[in-house]
Amino acid sequence: MQTVETYNDKVVRQFTIATVVWGVVGMLVGLFIAAQLAWPALNFDIAWLSYGRLRPLHTNAVIFAFGGSGLFATSYYVVQRTCHVRLFSDRLASFTFWGWQAVIVAAAVSLPMGLTQSHEYAELIWPIDILITLVWVSYAVVFFGTIAKRRIRHIFVANWFFGAYILTIAVLHIFNNLQVPVSLTESYPIYAGAVDAMVQWWYGHNAVGFFLTAGFLGIMYYYVPKQAQRPIYSYRLSVVHFWALISIYMWAGPHHLHYTALPDWAQSLGMVFSLILLAPSWGGMINGMMTLSGAWHKLRTDPILKFMIVSLSFYGMSTFEGPMMSIKTVNALSHYTDWTIGHVHSGALGWVAFITIGAVYSMLPKLFGRERMHSIKAIDAHFWIATIGIVLYITAMWIAGVMQGLMWRATNPDGTLTYTFVESVRQTYPYYVTRFVGGLMFLSGMLIMVWNVWKTCLPAREIPVVRVPAPAHA
Amino acid sequence: MNGAWSWYVIALTAINIIGLAWLLLATASSKPVNDKPVGETMGHVWDGDLEELNNPLPRWWLGLFILTFIFALGYLVFYPGLGNVAGTLGWTSQKQVQSELDATHAKLESLYAGFRGKPLAALATDPAASKVGRNVFANNCAACHGSDARGAKGYPNLVDGDWLYGGEPETVLASIMNGRHGLMPPMGATLPGDGVEEVANYALSLSGLAHDNRLAAAGKSKFETICAACHGVDGKGNQALGAPNLTDDIWLHGDANLEGIKRKILYGVSGVMPAWGPILGEDRARLAAAWVLSQGKAAAESEREFEEAEHDHEEKEKEKE
Repeated sequence: MQTVETYNDKVVRQFTIATVVWGVVGMLVGLFIAAQLAWPALNFDIAWLSYGRLRPLHTNAVIFAFGGSGLFATSYYVVQRTCHVRLFSDRLASFTFWGWQAVIVAAAVSLPMGLTQSHEYAELIWPIDILITLVWVSYAVVFFGTIAKRRIRHIFVANWFFGAYILTIAVLHIFNNLQVPVSLTESYPIYAGAVDAMVQWWYGHNAVGFFLTAGFLGIMYYYVPKQAQRPIYSYRLSVVHFWALISIYMWAGPHHLHYTALPDWAQSLGMVFSLILLAPSWGGMINGMMTLSGAWHKLRTDPILKFMIVSLSFYGMSTFEGPMMSIKTVNALSHYTDWTIGHVHSGALGWVAFITIGAVYSMLPKLFGRERMHSIKAIDAHFWIATIGIVLYITAMWIAGVMQGLMWRATNPDGTLTYTFVESVRQTYPYYVTRFVGGLMFLSGMLIMVWNVWKTCLPAREIPVVRVPAPAHA
Repeated sequence: MNGAWSWYVIALTAINIIGLAWLLLATASSKPVNDKPVGETMGHVWDGDLEELNNPLPRWWLGLFILTFIFALGYLVFYPGLGNVAGTLGWTSQKQVQSELDATHAKLESLYAGFRGKPLAALATDPAASKVGRNVFANNCAACHGSDARGAKGYPNLVDGDWLYGGEPETVLASIMNGRHGLMPPMGATLPGDGVEEVANYALSLSGLAHDNRLAAAGKSKFETICAACHGVDGKGNQALGAPNLTDDIWLHGDANLEGIKRKILYGVSGVMPAWGPILGEDRARLAAAWVLSQGKAAAESEREFEEAEHDHEEKEKEKE
């Protein structure tokens, strides 16, 4: 007798709960440092509570702990269900969960201690980098191993995006963390000067492009049609925008280094390819939005779909804003101001967090044997509080950023600067407070989610075991 | 960049753009991919109900994509980007900076020429010069000396009339142009036993601060043989060396108490003012100096007025009595 094959949902459940927990932790740290910018005394003169140490903790926690756990959870869920096969290796999958949690805990300890490589989004010291590499290679083996033994010939579009993100992050992580260790906690990069800066932003922007975009487009391509109960709008569009997106993102890094020691030709290519990137990005937005055509009425009753459609709107908006900001003349105003922070958060909160939250709400009941989340009204409340929070956040940062840019470049008739730096800081105060309020609302929404998840998972019952469907053309 | 790398950059750029242009052209057809009419599914089903439609690429999206290509190609013709190809406009970021600097300098030349050659003392009473000088000071000097020029711990107050190197206009200008390095060496080794304690008490007594009379008396002779080399026998300092006056109760480095002064004697003190000549140029440095001098004068006047008012007030009080 043949044993019945089931999906490995244990690791998906683990990563899903981790997503919610780390989301709250990462955003709480973000809220705290936002408060520090408005009220600096909140660092209490304690080194490990200072902004310079907590800021990387915030970015690492929301990107790699919250976003990363979300990507692990959804990619494992999706790859099994669209390949009609169990994960390649339960042991390796389990190792990726515990290994990734160990990375997060190590980050949460080492960053407040002030241990850092001083490369943005690659702050973690070399021993942690090695653990990340081991986990990531295992992740690739599990994911591509599952693809290899799939029972459906066509590879579902979400899996192309997940595959591209896993491969590229491996390459980026390894090459940007090539360091010569001098002690257990210290090391020096093998690159120097402008080359180091270029490699760093080749990594940094592709972390945005592949971790925060391609991976989450993978989520979008499964959960949006699933939730809307509609077919994906265009197969052809998904092919074209996939290849365009992954090839063009590779060039965009230099737009972080406009008007620096980076050679002019590299800056130009960074700008030109960032502008071309507009179309491939919008390809993903169009495909997601148009998938809902014929199902728009569902938005009235399904707050999970609201999360998804608004996330696609924010994706479209921030991928329009990004190319505009990469134009050198615009960048001359926007660079180093809070406009950049606003842009990042319209992508991070609006797109990345919203699509993740939508996906978690969508799959969590299925993972825990419930028909739906405990409270649909609470999802709706979460949606509205979070949406208003984002709008407050990004409009405050837009105004603050443009104001800072204009103040910094204003000159008197005698050629001197009109404003000192601290005057621009003083003028930014009300916007820092507004941003804090926006962040507080977003975090409040997450706490509603925690309650809802708790209520959905808690009632003791048998954890469901989902059988892999029999091959359609057996 | 050598030729091979330049060609490498050109080739990668061309392959990416031409490859994508080919992909777009190959898929631009408005006909569906399979034989079925537009709006049908592709015939694949995943996870029970996931399907894809065979819709063609949206035309406006295709148009947008092609527009960005046209912009990119145009930009790479006009501007540097393709490896060593300079671009037909001959633009470089260095040239842009230089031309903006030249234009600004040309525009400002007439303004600064009006102040050139005038003595600093005259500039200090000229409101137009003061206005520019204040701006130069705010941009460059205020970070350490404060926007009111009243200094901070470790950074001298410039309006209190207490000059480390002298308050003559040309001396102030020299301090700005060439910078200063004030250095008091650690004296612990030359003051063994209770020496440091004694000299510190004597220093406190010079400014009339609370001290131990017995220790101060013992410190006096040590001060006069060792410290006097820089600070003078009377402790009033030496502007040729930048050695501060210790009798005026002005404490550049703060901590005007026994522990603070002992620490300075034991470990020494070092203070640096950078040379601003290469950054500001003489025109701006002179205006900043003039503004500082005008502020010192204004501060002294308001001090005098305050004292006179105090005096008048006291007189009136006496009359009342």
